[in-house]
Amino acid sequence: MLLVKNLHASVNGKEILHGIDLHVRAGEVHAIMGPNGSGKSTLAQVLAGREGYQVTQGSVTYLDHDLLAMPPEARAREGVFLAFQYPVEIPGVSIALFLKTSLNAIRRERGLPEVDAMDFLGLVRERMKRLGMDEAFLTRAVNQGFSGGEKKRNEVLQLAVLEPLLAILDETDSGLDIDALKTVADGVNAMRGPERAIVVVTHYQRLLDYIVPDYVHVLSQGRIVKSGGPELARELELHGYGWVEAKNGARQVA
Amino acid sequence: MNTATKSLDELIGREYRHGFYTLLETDTVPPGLNEDIIRLISAKKNEPDFMLEWRLKAYRHWLTMKEPEWANVHHPAINYQDIVYYSAPKSDKSGPRSLDDVDPELLRTYERLGIPLKEQAMLAGVAVDAVFDSVSVATTFREKLAELGIVFCPFSEAVQNHPDLVRQYLGSVVPHTDNFYAALNAAVFSDGSFCYIPPGVRCPMELSTYFRINAKNTGQFERTLIIADKDAYVSYLEGCTAPMRDENQLHAAVVELVALEGARIKYATVQNWYPGDKEGKGGIYNFVTKRGDCRGANSHISWTQVETGSAITWKYPSVILRGDNAIGEFYSVALTNHYQQADTGTKMIHLGRNTRSTVISKGISAGRGQNTYRGQIKVLTGAEGARNYTQCDSLLLGSHCGAHTFPYIEVKNPTAKVEHEASTSRIGEDQLFYCTQRGIAPEDAVSMIVSGFCKEVFKELPMEFAVEAQKLLGVSLEGSTG
Repeated sequence: MLLVKNLHASVNGKEILHGIDLHVRAGEVHAIMGPNGSGKSTLAQVLAGREGYQVTQGSVTYLDHDLLAMPPEARAREGVFLAFQYPVEIPGVSIALFLKTSLNAIRRERGLPEVDAMDFLGLVRERMKRLGMDEAFLTRAVNQGFSGGEKKRNEVLQLAVLEPLLAILDETDSGLDIDALKTVADGVNAMRGPERAIVVVTHYQRLLDYIVPDYVHVLSQGRIVKSGGPELARELELHGYGWVEAKNGARQVA
Repeated sequence: MNTATKSLDELIGREYRHGFYTLLETDTVPPGLNEDIIRLISAKKNEPDFMLEWRLKAYRHWLTMKEPEWANVHHPAINYQDIVYYSAPKSDKSGPRSLDDVDPELLRTYERLGIPLKEQAMLAGVAVDAVFDSVSVATTFREKLAELGIVFCPFSEAVQNHPDLVRQYLGSVVPHTDNFYAALNAAVFSDGSFCYIPPGVRCPMELSTYFRINAKNTGQFERTLIIADKDAYVSYLEGCTAPMRDENQLHAAVVELVALEGARIKYATVQNWYPGDKEGKGGIYNFVTKRGDCRGANSHISWTQVETGSAITWKYPSVILRGDNAIGEFYSVALTNHYQQADTGTKMIHLGRNTRSTVISKGISAGRGQNTYRGQIKVLTGAEGARNYTQCDSLLLGSHCGAHTFPYIEVKNPTAKVEHEASTSRIGEDQLFYCTQRGIAPEDAVSMIVSGFCKEVFKELPMEFAVEAQKLLGVSLEGSTG
């Protein structure tokens, strides 16, 4: 589904990713772990098409498309979803309007009829129930005045409604207490299925206790320095990132 | 230039959609202004003597006045002798009696503007008094209103049929000495709308006027007078658009609202006049005086405006809160794009006890647009317990535009409470990316973010006009919606 080859990317002329290779198939859950500044979020942003992130080398193929040639909205309509680490506020725009606009933009691309208000409400209510969310949430302005937990829950709600093929979760666990973490993880787990791939970007292993990945990749200084199964996450928890970096002879930070 | 800025610039760089003009035979007086021209206008309209006298008095006063220079707008000097002060479409002498009598070319123009007069009137229950250049050409639903004793007609007709009402109220809110443009208007105004709601009557439909400037070099000086008698209610909508033109056109209207005891007037404007092209050439100069007088106790006047057009807007819909417990409101969205300049805001003058006013102003600047909010809150000695709340938000799109806020607060009663809040924000690249990552096209995202920003004002508009206004903002920013 997603094939990343020798991906180099820079921000403000500074190279952050120094050649990433990654292969994600439908039905798989991959975890990308790494210390702060290792390039995890940069990878997520590059895949979603954020401007200001220049790809200097390499390629990304997604369902036979050259992903890097597509503008962000086209990627989203083809099924690429990014759950943001820092979701932005959009004052005066209700979650209901935002999500309905988004859903219909995606449905149009897929040749499906647009959903009307009634069908949309039905769908959203069902998904919200699953996530233990209050319906009053729908009338609130997007992310405005939300707590950290509410913002992340809102991201997972969008994931559940939009049903993307490739979901990238960027530090979705950050700022969550244990109960919220469980709810969010349940929401994500409910989305697992043979047609969908999920890439979980995280600093901590604890999210992976709830969303158990098929593969774990350790990112350090812009490279994947180690890949393995879910047990790798636990080893990291025991030994810290220094262990992998030292073992693989990654450049030491001065 | 990064792609977000580029796409924003592209979105806001589209062309004005209403750029066309109608070829009509017109009845026009020679350009220039002197007492003879004023006599000619008055004679053409067959006005009673008091009107002519009033016009001449205003003209003589105007000669002693100077254009205001305090506004934060810049334009070349206007030569008032180059302007044609009267132009009316030439049809049969008595003027059209119904829509069927209206020049079909004119109706087509309205249709291209998206104002299907008939359908709008029928379906939405809106009575439309359409002003084409200077003469009202079509008025609908007047008979139905007449059954309730409501007078809704072109100003010139009111002068003929209701001279006492006109004489009593004309200039009682905006006197001819008020300001340079108001004096000019009083001298030369050719038509406008007149509305009177008798005591205790609730006007059952939204009254609406579409103004449109058409003939070349014609300044349009219309005058609107709305009187809500005791405990009456009326909601009035004014919408404007103009065809594309190279010369700058002056528009100096006056609107007077009078609310007697317990009366309520809601006045909403959607203004979409030609703003000039991308280089700032052409466009309407909109120098308007709008004022409401809450003359009776417990009266209530609200102004809601959505301003997207004109090269220059100079406009401060105000409320004089004379009666005790009177309420004044001002809700405004002003958008400037390309080289547009807007200096707009309100004045709330608190005279009565326990008077309250609310001001919500949303300024949106794009391109090289300059948007100024200028608001005056004045609480005089007698205004025990007066309250004002002002909220003034600016939204910037791109980096070449500007937002300015000039609040003037003058309080002479210690029991008064005046609050002012202001904010300036920018449509962030991060907001746009958040939307596009959800599959929403960039132009739809901009529209949605701008609409969200204006929500507090849009909810004050009647439903169908809120939708219209939202579309208009979309069109003004990117030209693709609607």
